[in-house]
Amino acid sequence: MTMTDDNGGKPRPGGGPKGRDVHSVKLNREIQGQLGDQLRQMYNDVVSQGVPDKFVDLLSKLEKGGSDDSEESSA
Amino acid sequence: MNVDPQIRDEILKTVPNLRAFAVSLSGNVDRADDLVQETLLRAFAKIDSFQPGTNLSAWLFTILRNQFRSEYRKRRREVEDADGKYSDKLKSQPEQIGKIEFSELRRALDKLPDDQREALILVGASGFSYEETAEICGCAVGTVKSRVNRARTRLAELMAITGAEDFAPDEMTRGVLVDS
Repeated sequence: MTMTDDNGGKPRPGGGPKGRDVHSVKLNREIQGQLGDQLRQMYNDVVSQGVPDKFVDLLSKLEKGGSDDSEESSA
Repeated sequence: MNVDPQIRDEILKTVPNLRAFAVSLSGNVDRADDLVQETLLRAFAKIDSFQPGTNLSAWLFTILRNQFRSEYRKRRREVEDADGKYSDKLKSQPEQIGKIEFSELRRALDKLPDDQREALILVGASGFSYEETAEICGCAVGTVKSRVNRARTRLAELMAITGAEDFAPDEMTRGVLVDS
């Protein structure tokens, strides 16, 4: 999506809101595509951070210690 | 509690995805990590109810999703009590979602109803099938499909509006953008 118009967004003759519905459907589809990409990117950013150490520790603690889940840091 | 080491490893492998799901749902890394921790505790506590050979990942996502739902309900009550203080706090921490470029998407996601947001994330980002998503959300497959569709349409509308505010001062420019 590039901005080819350097008209500063000023209204020009002959370009009224006619055909806007078709445009907005097209625009929506375009945006939906970008949106899906962005959503996946945002998601995969977190996935790529891997497993934080605290969860590795937690799991090995759970494995060993059993159902000792009363360990809350109530600071 | 004795947990099969193989299952333990599989759970560990699912953690990055659980975190991503939690961040996408809550928009807040700290809250997301709390959700993941709670999910792991619960998973271990009721590991006996998991049937080996079935979808472990979907099982874990279900726990996290239910945890988020019940916490969210609790928090909403707190927010009402605290006169919107919680949402102010959220607004002041945009860096917590990672990159600033996602802030627009984040704001739009937050405007979706819970059921639509979770369906969209599970299908659109986590890569679950409609069937798996239906299982996780406890609803019919057709319901998932319509939620995802509504979420996509609504998000596109929201992004079109903010997008127009950002780079297109009026309808004219939007027309030009689409034509090009």
